[in-house]
Amino acid sequence: MTQSHFAAALLDPDAPVPVGVIDPRGHPAPKRFAVYRNNVAGSLVEALKAAFPMLVKLLGEEFFAAMALAFLRAHPPKSRILMLYGDEMPGFLEQFQPVAHLGYLPDIARVDQALRESYHSADSTHLPEVEFHRLLGQDIAALRLRLAPSLRLIRSRWPIFSIWAANHDNGPTPKPQAEDLLILRPEFDPRPQLLPPGGAAFLAGLMAGRTLGESLDLATGPIDLAAILGLLISGRAIVGVSK
Amino acid sequence: MLDQSHGLPAKPGVGYKPQHFQAILQDARPVGWLEIHAENYMGAGGRPLAQLRHLAERFPISVHGVGLSIGGEGPLDRDHLDRLKYLCDWLQPASFSEHLAWSTHDGAFLNDLLPVPYTMATLARVADHIDRVQSVLGRRMHLENPSTYVAFAETAMGEVDFLTEVARRTGCGLLLDVNNVYVSGVNQNYDPVAYIDAFPLHLVGEIHLGGHHEDRDDHGQRLLIDSHGAEVTDPVWALYARVIRRAGPLPTLIEWDNDVPDWPRLAAEATRAARILEPVR
Repeated sequence: MTQSHFAAALLDPDAPVPVGVIDPRGHPAPKRFAVYRNNVAGSLVEALKAAFPMLVKLLGEEFFAAMALAFLRAHPPKSRILMLYGDEMPGFLEQFQPVAHLGYLPDIARVDQALRESYHSADSTHLPEVEFHRLLGQDIAALRLRLAPSLRLIRSRWPIFSIWAANHDNGPTPKPQAEDLLILRPEFDPRPQLLPPGGAAFLAGLMAGRTLGESLDLATGPIDLAAILGLLISGRAIVGVSK
Repeated sequence: MLDQSHGLPAKPGVGYKPQHFQAILQDARPVGWLEIHAENYMGAGGRPLAQLRHLAERFPISVHGVGLSIGGEGPLDRDHLDRLKYLCDWLQPASFSEHLAWSTHDGAFLNDLLPVPYTMATLARVADHIDRVQSVLGRRMHLENPSTYVAFAETAMGEVDFLTEVARRTGCGLLLDVNNVYVSGVNQNYDPVAYIDAFPLHLVGEIHLGGHHEDRDDHGQRLLIDSHGAEVTDPVWALYARVIRRAGPLPTLIEWDNDVPDWPRLAAEATRAARILEPVR
């Protein structure tokens, strides 16, 4: 018995029990081997359920579990740290025929994944609001903002924020429109926010380290700068400013 | 942080679950220390690490790894070992332990504690891996006996002899999981009492107790599953009392990882362990 044989048979439910794996009296032991198979599949399905709560809510536990089983066989974890397991889920869902009619699902998976990444990302100290306002008195176009590592931006052609809010907080029924979503973590609990139209390109510029002026040039239309900066300030997402 | 250099106290401890954070800060009695799974605290920041920092100021902490794959055929993962070192250097825990098992193969992490055949080749490999862990971490580790469900045709020695020899070669300590002894004893057809009586208790730095579930194998034989999802069973309490009578009081962990109960129910299990520890104090 090598661990290659053992591992391959664990992930493939149709593979035979590896040679040399027996019960204490020397008999073949398929049901005993199945304990390991069930542990591996069961524990990873549980990890994925915890990782993608909104997918579970939208698909139902039973369907999600069946889908998660297909996912983990195609994409077993590469890291021993399961807190971020599942980053291939959006791509997997794009190819998974049974949910092909739910086009927004991959983006919802991206939201679940980004919430988790944000939850575990490094702590940072936000810039006091007075300090920020003092800087706004200067030539703001030349300023670069250092943003919190917990900040995440998701751009979608689906109403992902409305879908998320409708299912998380009983928000209103989503309208068919494109929405961009920002994840802020003021202290320890990340929360999604709807980004005003046109703001995503501006914010992507800031996150890439461009100046406020350069980022404004990237905006896809007129944007409400005060509203976006207000979101970043109240979400404690600005951790530093430089020229 | 609390000075953790005295090791774990010979009291009951529990596996830490975030939902118990407030209850533990209010009144943890009779729990005197906490165990965490190392891999859950390898993120960059956020609430898990903030809570851990808080708890380490009040309780001795045991870091218990579940992902090092010490029994693996391949070399130890350098990145994972570095992460473990980072965590231990920061936290300076009272203890570090891992399993006699493997969980990673060919880059895939299987998230289970998989069994190894007890052969001279396995022994040499496991001893090498433990030497490496102890030298990178700069501390002595404790190795835990596993729950097993299958046997291997190639196995050539008993588990107690295997563990004793690993400890002799590496100088590591042992973590005795009494529930695992009972589960494996039933599953592998040996007498758990004889196992305990042969075990080198002077090397044991920590005890684990947990719940199991019962099933049947293909031939109708009892098959116990180490589920960590229920109360410790009576035969396991009896074995535990036997260990403590022989060895004296030892740090004793209640493990309850699935269907996690509310704090009072978990604390009640710790109280039961405390009653067995008390008379020999």
